[in-house]
Amino acid sequence: MPRINRRVALQWISSATIAIPLLEREAPAAEKSGLRPPSVVAKGYGPDPDLIRIYKPGDLWPLTFTKDQRRLMIVLCDIIMPADESSPSASSLGVHDFVDEWISSPYPAQAGDRKILLEGMDLLDEKGVRRGKPNFVSLAAKDQLVICEDLARKAKADPGRFPGSFFYRLRNLVAGGYYTTPVGMKDIGYIGNVPQAEWNGPPAEVLKKLNLPAQ
Amino acid sequence: MSVISPKQKHREYDVVIVGSGAGGGQMAYTLTMEGIKVLVLEAGRMFDPVAETAMFHTWDKAPLRGVATPDKQKDFYDASIESGWEIPGEPYTNASKDKLRQFVWWRQRMMGGRTNHWGRVSLRNGPYDFKTHSRQGIGFDWPISYDDLAPWYDKAEMLVGIFGDSEGIENSPDSSPGVLLPPPKFRAGELLARERTRKLGVSVVPVHRAVLTRQQDAQRIPGKLHPRNKKAQRLLAANMRLRLKCFFATACHRGCSIKAAFDSTSVYLTPALKTGNLHILPNAMAREVTLDKAGKASGVTFIDKTTGAEHHASGRVIVLAAGSQESVRLLLNSTSTQFPDGLANSSGKVGKYLTDSVASRVSGQIPALEALPLHNEDGVVGQQAYMPWWLAGQQHALDFPGGYKTLLVSGRKMPNLNIGKSFDRVSGGDGIPFGRKLKEDARRYHGSFQSIGAQGAMAANDDCFCELDPEVKDKWGIPVLRFHWKWSDDELRQVSHQQQAMTEMLEAMGGRFFRASYVDEPEKAISQGGKIIHEVGGAIMGDNPGKSVTNQWGQTWDVPNLILGDGATFPGTADKNPTLTIMALAYRAADHLAGELKKGNL
Repeated sequence: MPRINRRVALQWISSATIAIPLLEREAPAAEKSGLRPPSVVAKGYGPDPDLIRIYKPGDLWPLTFTKDQRRLMIVLCDIIMPADESSPSASSLGVHDFVDEWISSPYPAQAGDRKILLEGMDLLDEKGVRRGKPNFVSLAAKDQLVICEDLARKAKADPGRFPGSFFYRLRNLVAGGYYTTPVGMKDIGYIGNVPQAEWNGPPAEVLKKLNLPAQ
Repeated sequence: MSVISPKQKHREYDVVIVGSGAGGGQMAYTLTMEGIKVLVLEAGRMFDPVAETAMFHTWDKAPLRGVATPDKQKDFYDASIESGWEIPGEPYTNASKDKLRQFVWWRQRMMGGRTNHWGRVSLRNGPYDFKTHSRQGIGFDWPISYDDLAPWYDKAEMLVGIFGDSEGIENSPDSSPGVLLPPPKFRAGELLARERTRKLGVSVVPVHRAVLTRQQDAQRIPGKLHPRNKKAQRLLAANMRLRLKCFFATACHRGCSIKAAFDSTSVYLTPALKTGNLHILPNAMAREVTLDKAGKASGVTFIDKTTGAEHHASGRVIVLAAGSQESVRLLLNSTSTQFPDGLANSSGKVGKYLTDSVASRVSGQIPALEALPLHNEDGVVGQQAYMPWWLAGQQHALDFPGGYKTLLVSGRKMPNLNIGKSFDRVSGGDGIPFGRKLKEDARRYHGSFQSIGAQGAMAANDDCFCELDPEVKDKWGIPVLRFHWKWSDDELRQVSHQQQAMTEMLEAMGGRFFRASYVDEPEKAISQGGKIIHEVGGAIMGDNPGKSVTNQWGQTWDVPNLILGDGATFPGTADKNPTLTIMALAYRAADHLAGELKKGNL
């Protein structure tokens, strides 16, 4: 899997940050410049995969992130899903590797996320550079948060427009990736998926709260 | 007898069945139990629901958190392989470029067919549903009444194992006493719906589903289903003891390795193989039904997908149960001097009168369901409660014919990848939620979103049909189907009513909404034709050979030893899911066929 070298990436970032609002509409021109992240050429799992096997990111197709990108995604995961009193952070559950698996997917539905996430990650590093640091990761936590809050507002205003689209999709993947783990499921209040001898419906305290008679 | 390769097949069988799903499986079961030698041709591979089902895998064990891909078009763990809306090398076409006038077609290429991932909702058609034309002046009457089919519904329900209750609701029939298994308790949101929607005249009652809430009665049922047939009783009893009761976890559409949820392989084909009367030939893609010189069906030409070689299987009787439109395609592709426009098509009706459920959905958020004390809400996972059509007695006052049911599943479900964005609509603040706020929102709001879906009746009409595409062929060179589809004003008015009624139900539950319902724009709400995977028709049964393709037992008028054993014979779609009626009709047709074979009439 080819990776963009840093010099090319930074060139691409500096042109991209200026051209960002136009990027989506002017994709063909950007493609010609040769500065777009490379597309994925791996194969999918086919129409008859082993359903029992437990898959990990990287098992089926090569991952994309460089060491720096992976470090950045770990930071982003933990901004979006931090540890709190009741549950751990997203990176401790490996969600950053899921995001890598996702953007490395050979299927067409993930190609758009690949483009937007890699572009957005480069934009974040550029914001770090503008603030006199080598990258986003080197910024103080409060500065990182300010940038993300700004992106979250843009995402709410228009989740289809870059860079709000970047944060919107990233948040969806990180939160979705988190809550699809056993730890995340428990934290959100899903305590099923265990065999039970009987199913007795909701307990009395639930019915009482809803002001409903017993079944 | 067993699972065979083309080389091992016998020179001739009593009956060759194309397809191994609800219709083909039921026919194979009934015929082999009666000592009839049967060959089942299945286009897909063998599939073992016991060994191949990932019941408890959480989404993080799957590629891409299990989201649908072109390779697995429902989700990763859905019990469908080599299946989907678009199968490489096996296209179909639509005559119109307008999406509203297009039909989408799910094909399931595996042993047991679509029963593997079916939702298992098993409702009987009601008396009115067999008399559509008499009551409404549109569509067709069936050549049988509810009373003709009721005993076969009882039998199919006892064999399959279905939970439900008796409610005495007009046109939503009860089963005979002792037939159904006890329904599961409702979830909190379903109880809330029952309490709050009562004032709308709606009854929230247990749905009927093919899931064992307790083990089947292996002492009593085999004798009822197979009187005077000790061998069949023994085999059925043994198979019933292999099926465990539901353990109230994991979605049925993944398949059920404890066999609590019905699928054709576990319930029909396994005991049928034990009779010694069944051969199953997987990877056999049927191309054509052949005729002998006397004009009787003589067999089926098929392609062995493992080698690409063409073979022929001979039978005294041929049953098509390939999935309604696939059976229709086989008829249209079986041409001869006697039937230049397709086999059994002297009426010109093969391919005509395709129907599907008329479906739409409304979603809201119910503050009363926020942050309920944590408890396990899996139940039988999926549908437990539904609202049968509540205006059957006032149909004359409505501006559309035919009714609809609505279904709801409430509670905190196992989250999937989409959960990340689901709290945006309720979360305050000027940005999308993330960080500690998102975690707090998620704990508070998960399980408080409620969606209600409607599925309604569709009468047969002249605008919805299929034919052979004049140019496109699949990878085996077999001509493919071209679909024509158009929702009539009746269906669109029904959807407006659905949207209004479901909005009122959610309002009654205290719901809030994030967009207006589509009462005035039903074409925006209606599910695309085929999307619900309830398509039926195309070789409809009737009592007039000029206006239908088969008689009430699925025998084609033109070729009496050629039988349609799937949903192709439905003269219309009721507000009930089609599968139980496919099973009951196949049970009845197989019983009739066994009698005819024993009498030497075929």
